[in-house]
Amino acid sequence: MSDEKQDKQVEQPAVEQSPENVPAPVGEVETVGRRTGMFGVTGTGDTSGYGGLVAPIAYPPAARRPFGGWFDTVADGLDGLIEKVVIHRGEITFHIHRDNLTVVAQKLRDDPTLRFELCSGVSGVHYPDDHGRELHAVYHLLSMTWNRRVRLEVSVPDADPHIPSLIATYPTADWHERETWDFFGIIFDGHPALTRIQMPDDWPGHPQRKDYPLGGIPVEYKGATIPPPDQRRSYN
Amino acid sequence: MVSTSSTTGSQGSTTGSNDDMYAGASDTTEGRVFTVTGQDWDSLVESIGGDAGADERIVVNMGPQHPSTHGVLRLILELEGETVTEARCGIGYLHTGIEKNMEFRSWVQGVTFCTRMDYLAPFHNELTYCLGVERLLDIEDQIPEKANVMRVLLSELNRISSHLVAIATGGMEIGALTVMTIGFRERELVLDLFELITGLRMNHAFFRPGGVAQDLPPGALDEIRDFVALMKKRLPEYADLCNANPIFKARLENVGHLDLAGCLALGITGPVLRSTGYAWDLRKTQPYSGYEDYDFDVQTWDTSDSYGRFRIRLNEMWESLKIIEQAADRLAGLEGAPVMIADKKIAWPSQLAIGSDGMGNSLDHIRHIMGESMEALIHHFKLVTEGFRVPPGQAYVPVESPRGELGAHVVSDGGTKPFRAHFRDPSFTNLQATSVMSEGGMVADVIVAIASIDPVMGGVDR
Repeated sequence: MSDEKQDKQVEQPAVEQSPENVPAPVGEVETVGRRTGMFGVTGTGDTSGYGGLVAPIAYPPAARRPFGGWFDTVADGLDGLIEKVVIHRGEITFHIHRDNLTVVAQKLRDDPTLRFELCSGVSGVHYPDDHGRELHAVYHLLSMTWNRRVRLEVSVPDADPHIPSLIATYPTADWHERETWDFFGIIFDGHPALTRIQMPDDWPGHPQRKDYPLGGIPVEYKGATIPPPDQRRSYN
Repeated sequence: MVSTSSTTGSQGSTTGSNDDMYAGASDTTEGRVFTVTGQDWDSLVESIGGDAGADERIVVNMGPQHPSTHGVLRLILELEGETVTEARCGIGYLHTGIEKNMEFRSWVQGVTFCTRMDYLAPFHNELTYCLGVERLLDIEDQIPEKANVMRVLLSELNRISSHLVAIATGGMEIGALTVMTIGFRERELVLDLFELITGLRMNHAFFRPGGVAQDLPPGALDEIRDFVALMKKRLPEYADLCNANPIFKARLENVGHLDLAGCLALGITGPVLRSTGYAWDLRKTQPYSGYEDYDFDVQTWDTSDSYGRFRIRLNEMWESLKIIEQAADRLAGLEGAPVMIADKKIAWPSQLAIGSDGMGNSLDHIRHIMGESMEALIHHFKLVTEGFRVPPGQAYVPVESPRGELGAHVVSDGGTKPFRAHFRDPSFTNLQATSVMSEGGMVADVIVAIASIDPVMGGVDR
């Protein structure tokens, strides 16, 4: 039954349909994983039947030209180096293949029409259901000259979590890359000292990954036991 | 007590007191370790001086417990006499996994976590998170005016209290204890205002996605105006004490120098960036919460040193007072206006009120949900336990915190909990400048340089 429902995923229209964001044709919708149930109950405990609900998780789809405003200027400067452009809520995201990342960063910083002088750091995101590209590194760049912000997103598979380091272009990425390695296990090639920064040096695993448990102990109060937050029944 | 350990030479022998159960000699495998825990200094000097390898490099661990490192910051200094040849930071001693924890709570509860990160600027943490969530919800235009004005008001009060701590602790670390006592005296007044408005001195969780938790209490505007009037008398005291004080200037001037190119390369923002003369302030350049409607100036200095950063903080407090006055005037005309978004699917259903047994849900609301409307009860229950869903996507809406660009990278997968919330904390980024600011200088200047960065370890480690 669930297979039938999974097939319907592709018919799900794009979530965002504002004029600035041309919806992608059916089939290009970015679905990553699916959401099942509603109240966190499964099996015989589910008397409501809501546990059988299945819904795809559809991320904002790729935008198509013209992007509008200065978005096109930046996209022109990066012609041929972009995998995909997503415009959502007025923010533009350039999905970049890791092979192009250093070139793109260099261009974004040095090209007088782009001039993204400031890198606001790296943020890792772990999408366990985004098969083949589970680990995302997200860079926020700021152009003070033009007062613009863009986001770069690089996705790598869990099995090969290598991304070139941006320290040569943006030295500020030093600690941010160490933090992303510490929490997600993304290896930034070329980083001079990729060591843990927040967790103790001998810590096993990468805590911010989705497959890493939150931890915690059950709390007993007046005879009742409350499980730790990640094992509690919760909405999803 | 200062706890310092230094390694010299290459032998593995150990001297000094070894009865400290937490600082055993097994921590390092090379060099000699001296653990300084307040014993007779003469014996320590003798044991170092009597060593043949005394002229070799000395590595000093300053911190993580040290009165002048702004919390649990560990500095690893390589010294040659009094000169610092290499400085590195060890951080992570205050890592509490706030970002991970947020992934297991509802969107509204996330505020309760992130307010605890940079504990000197809790409102800015809450603000950037709420702005990010609101952008994902696409309700940025629906935030009531009063909520925006209150956010600006509290942010600016918070900027004053944070700058006061920066100046106070910075002064204390160089021995200017009067600056510390008067700094904390004034900060107490701000905290009293916070307590009046939000009920708490810190960890407010007062800004919520969609607005703020509570309306202004009666009499708050008068208190705010009294505070502004008092601050206008008190702020000149700082200028009188410090601005032209020869000792103060001698300690701060030309210390912790970092020019504009260095700031941009290292991603430094806030007063450190503005001390290079570059007037970059997100409140002006990328206004949020209606900052474009307030009349204030961006403060800069042109010396790129610690003294300039001190003066900027002092001047920014004056600008904040200007904004607070304007916000108070606006609030006077907004009495009774809503402070939470009208969309009942997002707005927190209840308002708090003072009852005979203290603060709690207002009796009117309890009567409504328990006695009048079954639907209201269900609605309340669903919003409080399940929360609202946020459309999939990601947003980054930075704000100008007292320390620089503070931004929350908020990612949603369409669920009732944040899929990922990452905070770009200015303390974390700015602390990277420690090496470049202090290498080649004196040990005493390291303290001044770090004080001028004003890192808050709660924000650095999160």
